[in-house]
Amino acid sequence: MLDRATTDTPAKDAPARRVRFRGAGFVPASSRFGGWIALALVIAIWQAAGSAGLVNPLFLPAPSAIVRAIYQLAVSGALWQHLSASLLRIGVGWLLGTAAGIAVGFGIGLSRLARSVGITFISALFPIPKIALLPLLILWLGIGEEPKIATIALGVFFSTAISVYSGVDAVPRNLIRMAQSFNVPFATIVRKVIWPGALPAILAGFRITASVALLLVVSAEMIGAQYGIGAFVLQAGNLMQTDQLLAGVVILSVFGLAVGRVINLLETRLLHWR
Amino acid sequence: MDLIANRISHRFGELAVLDDVSFTVSAGEVVAIVGPSGCGKSTLLSILGGLLQPSSGAPELRGSPPADSLNPLTFVFQDFALLPWATVEENVEFPLLHAQLSAAQRRAQVEDALRRTGLTDFRKTYPKQLSGGMRQRVGISRALAVRPAILLMDEPLSALDSQTRELLMEDFVRLLADGGMGAVYVTHNLEEAARLADRIVVLSRRPGRIREVVSVPMTRTERSEIAAREKLLAIQNQIWSLIRNEAIDAEREVQHA
Repeated sequence: MLDRATTDTPAKDAPARRVRFRGAGFVPASSRFGGWIALALVIAIWQAAGSAGLVNPLFLPAPSAIVRAIYQLAVSGALWQHLSASLLRIGVGWLLGTAAGIAVGFGIGLSRLARSVGITFISALFPIPKIALLPLLILWLGIGEEPKIATIALGVFFSTAISVYSGVDAVPRNLIRMAQSFNVPFATIVRKVIWPGALPAILAGFRITASVALLLVVSAEMIGAQYGIGAFVLQAGNLMQTDQLLAGVVILSVFGLAVGRVINLLETRLLHWR
Repeated sequence: MDLIANRISHRFGELAVLDDVSFTVSAGEVVAIVGPSGCGKSTLLSILGGLLQPSSGAPELRGSPPADSLNPLTFVFQDFALLPWATVEENVEFPLLHAQLSAAQRRAQVEDALRRTGLTDFRKTYPKQLSGGMRQRVGISRALAVRPAILLMDEPLSALDSQTRELLMEDFVRLLADGGMGAVYVTHNLEEAARLADRIVVLSRRPGRIREVVSVPMTRTERSEIAAREKLLAIQNQIWSLIRNEAIDAEREVQHA
């Protein structure tokens, strides 16, 4: 038996001590403006270092130079020319890849046969860096927009298909059984139970595929395009115009942030029940 | 309409869960199924409701359900099984969406089901905003909306606290009072079984076989009276004496599994 010291009985008038609070921290919360303040601080230090001549502007131009470059691009019309080419490729490629990914993902999630076949192919093809297929796609589809769009669509397709069938698999089985117990037809179960149940995973997948599309459009444009943000960044790099180069990077970053905001809005609107 | 368990046996792979279980639930009758943990109570209910194919035997129906019944055998689930993205009203309406009803008829049935379960003021609320008891009320309301002949209730109160259980038990007594609707009530709670059932089917340890069928010779209204408590307690003790040793063995088996 374990030996334990006996508890002494304190006198009634002995002073009481407050129990020390030990539950602080380990809460996944962030301050509202902390991130913006930190970002502003970094930009300010960067600008100060540039203005003071501490950093060679050829290697790292100051933020003001980048803003100036973006302004000049906008005024000259080149910004829209490059941006519209990239947006078109991303938009069409993402839509095609997403539509195919949703269809295949639902097929895999709902059909045993499609699952056996689909998962085998996806497992084999998903790890291939899609940009490596661009030369082959150029051979198949020519040197126009098609191979670039196809590269983006392929990259988006695999991630979408995986997130969709994972989402379908994650729909609580008790909800499907409930619907079956009321003789709800298959199509209604898919529409009213499986689709909304899988939507959180599908939207999370959109967040990933938006990044994949951005990555692939830049890579594809660097390999073979006259217009597009990727082509612009590459040209600027070749000409050592680092302010222009970073202007392209900032535009890509803003685009990524904008897409993120759109997905946030979609989540707020469609997943308000969570 | 009668529901018949006709020599139902079931195995999950090598594991025999039910063995030759037969009984009949007559129209308007409430039959409770009790037994030690893992004896196949919920499996039996899934088989009776057509959600699981038995290894042998079959669930059968005799007679016709009421003309207005849209789903004669209707489940009330232990975990409520509510669509979290749908409001209370939409959840109750869900099983009616594919029925041959006009919009007005559908609305009327939803309205009636919400009123009977005291949910009228919560129609626009989402499940996450409700307490466990209110969620189960939504589950009951959804079941009532399809006008069932027999409710198949799988431990409907086991996820709830004792006060909520008591309140919902009163609801069940009220809903089943007129004998217009029968029920199969799976529970591990002997008090619930004694308060609600006309007959209690006692299953043995796995594989579940019928050990005994105990009748409760009182109306459900009488059972709420203080004078009836002694008789109900005697019935609970009788059932407990039947399953106690097996419940201990079953618990040890689960712990060593």
